[in-house]
Amino acid sequence: MIWNQQYETMPRDELRKLQLLRLKQLCENVYHRVPFYRNAFDKAGVKPEDIKSLDDLQRLPFTYKQDMRDNYPFGMFAVPQEQVVRIHASSGTTGKPTVVGYTARDVDTWAELMARTMSAAGVGRGDILQNAYGYGLFTGGLGAHYGGEKIGASVIPISGGNSKKQLMLLKDFGSTAISCTPSYALSLYETAVEEGINIDELKLRVGIFGAEPWTDAMRQEIEAKWKIDALDIYGLSEIIGPGVGYECVEEKRGMHISEDHFIVETIDPKTGEVLPAGEEGELVFTTITKEAIPLIRYRTRDITSLITDPCKCGRSSVRMRKVTGRSDDMLIIRGVNVFPSQVEAIIVTKKELSPHYLLIVDRVDNMDTLEVQIELAEGVFMDTISKLQELAKTVEKEIKDMIGVTCKVRIVEHKTIARSEGKAMRVLDKRKL
Amino acid sequence: MKLQQISVFIENQSGRLYDVTNLLGQNGINIRALSLADTSDFGILRLIVNNPENAYKILKDNEFTVGRTEVVAVEVKDEPGGLAEILGALSKNEINVEYMYAFVEPSGGNAIMIFRFDETDKAVEKLTAAGFTLVPGNRIYGI
Repeated sequence: MIWNQQYETMPRDELRKLQLLRLKQLCENVYHRVPFYRNAFDKAGVKPEDIKSLDDLQRLPFTYKQDMRDNYPFGMFAVPQEQVVRIHASSGTTGKPTVVGYTARDVDTWAELMARTMSAAGVGRGDILQNAYGYGLFTGGLGAHYGGEKIGASVIPISGGNSKKQLMLLKDFGSTAISCTPSYALSLYETAVEEGINIDELKLRVGIFGAEPWTDAMRQEIEAKWKIDALDIYGLSEIIGPGVGYECVEEKRGMHISEDHFIVETIDPKTGEVLPAGEEGELVFTTITKEAIPLIRYRTRDITSLITDPCKCGRSSVRMRKVTGRSDDMLIIRGVNVFPSQVEAIIVTKKELSPHYLLIVDRVDNMDTLEVQIELAEGVFMDTISKLQELAKTVEKEIKDMIGVTCKVRIVEHKTIARSEGKAMRVLDKRKL
Repeated sequence: MKLQQISVFIENQSGRLYDVTNLLGQNGINIRALSLADTSDFGILRLIVNNPENAYKILKDNEFTVGRTEVVAVEVKDEPGGLAEILGALSKNEINVEYMYAFVEPSGGNAIMIFRFDETDKAVEKLTAAGFTLVPGNRIYGI
């Protein structure tokens, strides 16, 4: 099902014309309204009127997550705050979150994108959508919610967690679609088996899964266990939230990008050079219709490649393959963005601990686990068990409070965490992705 | 009247306890008394040895996580209520015991209790005043 025939199947030359027109307007807009961009354009020696073709996009400066932090909270907004109807935030590299705002039109655009996402998955009017993405500052819950309502599905805003209740509603309400993280889908299945639920009696037929990296093997597992179609979606709150990329049920191969709203590039993360389509590089987005917080060439740090072949579904848009890695050290643990530096900021406040630590991420029974190993500091020694345990508990609690992930802190002996020349090895990711 | 105790932080890994004791043995350090407190993740090995200064240095040079703690050795009468008598005196003076462990002096008949207090000096003062026998370091180290 194609939600928006006009834009989703627009011939590519027309689409490029539209992109150029919108890009010109965007540059004009941010240059005059966002001091950060005026500075950045001036530094790069480019004026809005220099943008004459889509290739000129390469002359524009990149935007980094750090820029959003430097302009915390509302410095990147291109509209007066009274035009902002919604504010979301995602975790940043230290205590301060990355803030994103939406005008009323942005909220509509977002709903439109999620409507396209749902339709591409085959969800529509008459469907009952159980939305198990978290509601709150995280964009997942409300993003899927508005898209679900727009296509006319009956949306159940159950939010994440509470597996027994999820299963009860799946059964009693006859939910036909579910949206959540893929690892939660597998974990929920385990609970369903424990509860003796007969999968064949459920009406569930499709799942829209995102917010964390997953593999095709995991897709096959989810599809076989739940007996549903499992579709991948891509999004990040800086760009708009979920809905930036979506798979179609016809091919399930790569996520369509709504190019009437975003210009996507893949670049060499080291040199910043734009790569030919198909080559693996860092994804960079320019938001050409966003009002509240438009971004130019935003560095996502996600590594993947683009597919330009036509798709069976008839959409004319470019597709992105699954994200295969990051060009920075960000981890996604149970859908939560975690930077080692956030953990480090907590550890350095404890004089009993050294700044030598290792984050060990694993997936046990389909759920991500995080263990933080920290070396005891030299010279400070507590020889009572209770004080050491208390210290570990305190760090666990601070990590939970500041970053939002539950972890286990394991205090280890001095000099047992491997030192390396140059960049320290801070992360051991054992998940097979 | 205070003793030097060596404490070693060890992770719960097989062979780790061996590593510590073997290292000390090879360097001629004799262990007089020990206690091991453990959790599922780690343990703390507390040692009274014949030469605490050396033992500390050897362990540190070999990159063990090691600390020194002041403890007090008290003779316990070999009769019912011997230990309770000491604990009663401590309780009366509001001195907390963080941990304790016992060993038996081979020559004498009495047991010796090693105590770690929250207020070591106060404990020494009160226990002495109450007539208990505190065992000096040189006697323990040289057993």
